[in-house]
Amino acid sequence: MGYENATRSLTKVIEMKNITKKFGDFVANDSVNLDIFKGKVHALLGENGAGKSTLMNILYGLYSPTSGEILINGKKVNITNPNIAIDHGIGMVHQHFMLITPFTVAQNIILGREPTSKMSVLNMKKALMDVKEISERYGLYVDPNAKVEDISVGMQQRVEILKALYRGAEILILDEPTAVLTPQEIVELIQIIKNLTKEGKSIILISHKLKEITEAADFCLIIRRGKHIDTVVVSETDEAGLASKMVGREVSFSVAKEDKEAGDEIFSIKDLVVKDNRGIIAVDKLNLSLKKGEIFGLAGIDGNGQTELLEAITGLRKVESGQIMINGKDITNNTPFQVISKKISHIPEDRQKRGLVLDFDISENTILENYYKNPFARKGILQYKNIKVYAKELINKFDVRPKDEAKMARTLSGGNQQKVIIAREVSNNPDLLIAAQPTRGLDVGAIEFVHKSLIEQRDNDKAVFLISFELDEIMNVSDRIAVIYEGKIVGIEDAKDAKIETLGLMMAGGGNK
Amino acid sequence: MIDTILSNIALIIGTTLMYSTPLIYTSLGGVLSENSGVINIGLEGMMIIGAFAGAAIGYFVGDPWIAFIGAGIVGGLFGLLHAFACVTFGANQVVSGIAINFLGAGIALFLSRMLFEGATMTKSIALDNKMPRPLNGVFHDGSFLNIIFNNQYATVYLAFIMVFLIWFFMYKTKYGLRLRSVGEHPTAADTLGINVIKIRYLAVIMSGVFSGFGGAAMSLAIVSNFRPTLVSGHGFIALAAMIFGKWKPQGALLACLLFGGAQGLAVFLGQFDFEISSQLISMLPYVITIVVLIGFVGKSAAPSADGIPYEREQKN
Repeated sequence: MGYENATRSLTKVIEMKNITKKFGDFVANDSVNLDIFKGKVHALLGENGAGKSTLMNILYGLYSPTSGEILINGKKVNITNPNIAIDHGIGMVHQHFMLITPFTVAQNIILGREPTSKMSVLNMKKALMDVKEISERYGLYVDPNAKVEDISVGMQQRVEILKALYRGAEILILDEPTAVLTPQEIVELIQIIKNLTKEGKSIILISHKLKEITEAADFCLIIRRGKHIDTVVVSETDEAGLASKMVGREVSFSVAKEDKEAGDEIFSIKDLVVKDNRGIIAVDKLNLSLKKGEIFGLAGIDGNGQTELLEAITGLRKVESGQIMINGKDITNNTPFQVISKKISHIPEDRQKRGLVLDFDISENTILENYYKNPFARKGILQYKNIKVYAKELINKFDVRPKDEAKMARTLSGGNQQKVIIAREVSNNPDLLIAAQPTRGLDVGAIEFVHKSLIEQRDNDKAVFLISFELDEIMNVSDRIAVIYEGKIVGIEDAKDAKIETLGLMMAGGGNK
Repeated sequence: MIDTILSNIALIIGTTLMYSTPLIYTSLGGVLSENSGVINIGLEGMMIIGAFAGAAIGYFVGDPWIAFIGAGIVGGLFGLLHAFACVTFGANQVVSGIAINFLGAGIALFLSRMLFEGATMTKSIALDNKMPRPLNGVFHDGSFLNIIFNNQYATVYLAFIMVFLIWFFMYKTKYGLRLRSVGEHPTAADTLGINVIKIRYLAVIMSGVFSGFGGAAMSLAIVSNFRPTLVSGHGFIALAAMIFGKWKPQGALLACLLFGGAQGLAVFLGQFDFEISSQLISMLPYVITIVVLIGFVGKSAAPSADGIPYEREQKN
């Protein structure tokens, strides 16, 4: 039918025409056009750094466009700050929640538009009533008196949506809304989106996840490196079609890997007990073992002890009791330095906090674990010439972009930051590679690369321990799958026999016998 | 016997109130600035310039209230300077604060030499032109209440009123909510249309005003002139009190009373003939400051964005 025909009878609420935004020499948006229709969900698809968020920040008045114009209900508007956007009925739910965590839910919702009695004194009674009223109208249930720091991420997102609705938003921008949600919360969010469009609200859904776009969106604008590529009707295309438009080439979804017989046991954990920051037991008498030449996937919902388990293995957290062994050597309560020297490598969960020194350049980041060794240092003096040569080699081998070893890690895109980490860790030639959430926030192209690297390790007869909250990823990549629930392994299955329903049930604690 | 103990207690309470007062004003200034997300280590310098302005205006004009307000205005100008460096230019807030401390002390001394014939000390204000003592002679001579309140200056009572007003402002009004939101998460506040820059400017300027009041509460009430050693670290003690009070006005008040009490105790003990040298006793408030900061303060209480300059159009 085509986009033109599909949209002919719809009411245009927003038109963004030829929007260009430059940051210095860098063109973040290059003549992008976007139309939003009443009661419809319009997705914005593009890789990380393609310029999706920039475009939305322009619509929301956080950035001003270098050129181009915006029309709301047919009238040209000049949105120079968020207040003007809010006045025009535009609301935004940011990728990183914009919530004041020590404040209550109600305080967060009313902030900036506070109901007051005389003399600017807050009228919290009215605030609570207002919040209750809109949360009931849209089926977004929250406890208005709870502090935001005490509620779940899914709840926090509801607070963000309520914030926008409280301000009378007719058009709601959702920036990567599912990035932080559990599978169950994603289902709920898609239902919320449907409720909202039924009420006549328009939704702009920024995402690089194809699945949720095909599930939730009516139309989809695809941007690549700031350029407008195409606008399509979602029902007339599929995930593969969207993906190739986004990346600019064909992408394979299924991970190609050959069957492989796993070797001897190389790594084992016995009766491990680890406490979390609050002193509560997070890993509870956990047992598992890994063999050479297998990818062992650990599935589970965030907060079931994965972080503590990882930190205990890598020497970042104290083990209360139990034993961790690699190659027959006990590494329980070893320091990170000792753990690394026992040939364990680690792709950390938080690449910006623990994976890289953001204010070091690429070359310095590649030698963080080996800086004291020949040829990177001689008699305690760093040999920058050799470090550079080494970094160049890794950059080429792992296709890090830009190909400049003097670039600060901070300036790289998420995918390229991850490539630097993988390059460093894999080059240590580990016996065990631990990969925690290795594709979080990455786009399809980068995900493909990460998965390939993990499988390459396995094919070289190394053990790979993959921890992920994305069940799809675990099922695609792993040879064996374990499920962690409340600090215990509640089931282990061969990936070939594993079913998503059983795993999902175990993740929610239902399979616990 | 009991009478002596009671009157001694009254004496300690009285001196505690007297010495706490300048700290209370100044730490309220710290509360305002830091809750907006700007660290103000320059409280000391703002307090010094306020003490000088109070003493100088008090001497030349003769009206303690004009002098007090003048001290606030001069302190506010220093606050403006700090805001200019930290908010507009995103300068390192600690460095700017240190500069303010040198500047406050330096300018005070310079102006004192200029206005008072080369003296580092301002001329004393006539007793009648000092702050009034509202409860002077109200209670029976020698009674418990009389010992406490007879010699307390108006600045003491005003300080307590200010604590209540600032508390009410911060937790009960919409502008207080906005102030705290800016100190916790300025980007979030910005996306809701709250003017981060304006709020930080106002908060830092008011922090200077209150520090100026704090200085004047010394030079117009506790003593009657300015000299370079007058403030000597009270700005830092006020800063410590604000931290110990977990960045809250009511907490800062209690902490100031503790530090003031230590000073009061030091003064009280100083009148006896102890084997301990008086220098050691006068160290008491400073020692307590260090002990308290080491022992009781968790970082978690600080506003999340305290000390971080806010910039909007940043890429990554």
